[in-house]
Amino acid sequence: MNTLKIWLWAGLAALSIALIASAEAQQPLKIGFGMSLTGPLAGNGKAALISMQIWAEDVNAKGGLLGRKVELVYYDDQTNPSTVPSIYNKLLDVDKVDLVVSGYGTNVIAPAMPIMMQRNMTFMSLFGLNVNSKFNYDRYFQIMPAGPEPALGWTEGFFNIAMSLSPKPQTVALVGADAEYPALALEGAREQAKRAGLKVVYDKSYPPNTVDFSPIVRAIQATNPDLVFLASYPPDSAGMVRAVNEVGLKTRMFGGGLVGTQFAALRTQLGPLLNGMVNYEAYTPEVAAQFPFLEQFLAKYQERAAKEGVDPLGYYLPPYAYAMMQVLEQAIKATGSLDQGKLADYMHKNEFDTYVGKVRFAKNGEWSIPRMMTVQYHSVSGNDLDQWKKPGRVTVLAPAAYKTGTVMVPYQDSKK
Amino acid sequence: MEFPTALVLNAIVAGLLLGGFYAAVSVGISISFGMLDVVNIAHPAFIIVGSYIAYIVHEWIGVDPIVVSIAVSPLFFALGMLLYRIYYLCFERRGQESLRGLAFFFGILFITEVVLLLVFGVDYRLVETSYSSTTLRLGVVDFPLRLVVPFVVSMAMVVGLQVFLARTFFGRAVLAVAQDQLALRLMGINPIRVKELAFALSIATAGVAGAFLIVIQPVQPAIGREYIGLVFAVCVLGGMGSIGGTLLGAFVLGLAESFTSTFFGPSWAPAISFGILLAALAFRPSGLLGR
Repeated sequence: MNTLKIWLWAGLAALSIALIASAEAQQPLKIGFGMSLTGPLAGNGKAALISMQIWAEDVNAKGGLLGRKVELVYYDDQTNPSTVPSIYNKLLDVDKVDLVVSGYGTNVIAPAMPIMMQRNMTFMSLFGLNVNSKFNYDRYFQIMPAGPEPALGWTEGFFNIAMSLSPKPQTVALVGADAEYPALALEGAREQAKRAGLKVVYDKSYPPNTVDFSPIVRAIQATNPDLVFLASYPPDSAGMVRAVNEVGLKTRMFGGGLVGTQFAALRTQLGPLLNGMVNYEAYTPEVAAQFPFLEQFLAKYQERAAKEGVDPLGYYLPPYAYAMMQVLEQAIKATGSLDQGKLADYMHKNEFDTYVGKVRFAKNGEWSIPRMMTVQYHSVSGNDLDQWKKPGRVTVLAPAAYKTGTVMVPYQDSKK
Repeated sequence: MEFPTALVLNAIVAGLLLGGFYAAVSVGISISFGMLDVVNIAHPAFIIVGSYIAYIVHEWIGVDPIVVSIAVSPLFFALGMLLYRIYYLCFERRGQESLRGLAFFFGILFITEVVLLLVFGVDYRLVETSYSSTTLRLGVVDFPLRLVVPFVVSMAMVVGLQVFLARTFFGRAVLAVAQDQLALRLMGINPIRVKELAFALSIATAGVAGAFLIVIQPVQPAIGREYIGLVFAVCVLGGMGSIGGTLLGAFVLGLAESFTSTFFGPSWAPAISFGILLAALAFRPSGLLGR
């Protein structure tokens, strides 16, 4: 072969490699997930999506990840667990995403686990309670700060505060909806009751679409419990709080695991009915000083949320949805690759600096220390939203690092 | 198992109040499915539309949602007429009402849900009326006005419908069309017109029931589907074509749910309710007051 031909072929080869390489580099870095954009938890799902979109824009403004633009590929899982497997199969097989994260909530994270385990994907998840307890998957991560034993970490605030009361409570009533999250939360509550030596005088669950909750609350009252622990989702949280106020529940402490009171819709609808209730929160203006970057993020989020008709406060999922993407961002930058094994390894071994503070994962992928705040609502008057945007409606009772006050008991006398 | 008096009395009252609400959401199906044989599976969707309309007008000018729904019921009536016209022309006239008609109503159910979703978004809506947080106490029994007011209006609506169907000429024409359309034609009455107006009436009741719903519990576009099973169960239990039966069926299911929730465990409530339905149908296949 003459020299010219050799040079020609070499040049062609080099050109093609260069073109392919640059084409690869232009390919966006796709992150895929299902999210509840319709259905009972859609208010939260949409709020989370907005945060993730803000993150993608922030990252792309700084040049993307590994030189590639970040693109979010998502589908509506309708808050319906049965859609989840097909969504994730589609993301991995058809859309060929580089990375996956979960949707919102225990109910939609669990169905995705078998697929993740089959494909050895690193799976960062958003607010699922104790999902990994049955799977024991070593590439599962959870951004919710429930701690290494989530069901216990979730409930320890309520029970620790209860047992610090004097005289000590003797009895507890446990109630929740027939669904994945409440069932797991109640498991944790049962264990806490056992450890604290409390007698469980009522332990029943109700169908999530119950219309009238007053028979349930009356049945609970008939057992005269010192404590009432409720684990519920937004519609039944509202129904139970209403029923509790209508029946005039008398107990020393009520609340514990209600999803829904963290965001605007239920706060404005229930207003003063929330007074006196003890519950958990992810963020509240009372602790703003401890999370310096959160204010700017929340301002950005609140502006977009108002336009899209989604939770205008953003105190629950949005900071954590953003933080979970920050963890992934830092892991990808540090390892310089999208290799699922390397990422999982890095995430297990390192601490991350995020908008919600320092994040470190335990062996099972949960947070190494529990950090969900236990709070008590007070002084809520009327149904306007602005009172919630500044400190004054929420007393943080635990953990100690964030505490702003002590609990007011009994419940029926603390409703102001 | 203990049955303290206070608890039993409260369970009865709660069951009856709930039953009143169930009657309101089901009476429309009793007319459309029970009497006209139209499987209007989209009925709950119209209830939700009624909820949202009551919600917006209440937010806008502060008028009580139930008053709003009664005021806009002519709109629902007109919508019902239009819907029946389309259903008749496309399906019933050609004898294809069973499968294709059902698919049509399923389609309406989903389209309505998605339109509500697009217009209002996914968040739960609830109204706070002047009586939402008031509870009357008579001795040991509680009467939360949030349930009492819808109950009273619902009873007026259901009893009014029963009187209308039994006593007026048009009402009897509706009962007649359920029995023998040909005979009705021979009497010089257009059965299609009768069915159209009856169906419109059923959709109007859905609009009013929607206001009850949003006063009682938070509403979002997808919850209509949770009521499909209930409304047909109440209608079938009570007996097809009987408004009184629907009322009785609603009370039975309301009481069953209330007693099960209070004394045995709320998880069992749906099982007991549908168990009662099965038992009733086993012994009385035409329903409690069915013909």
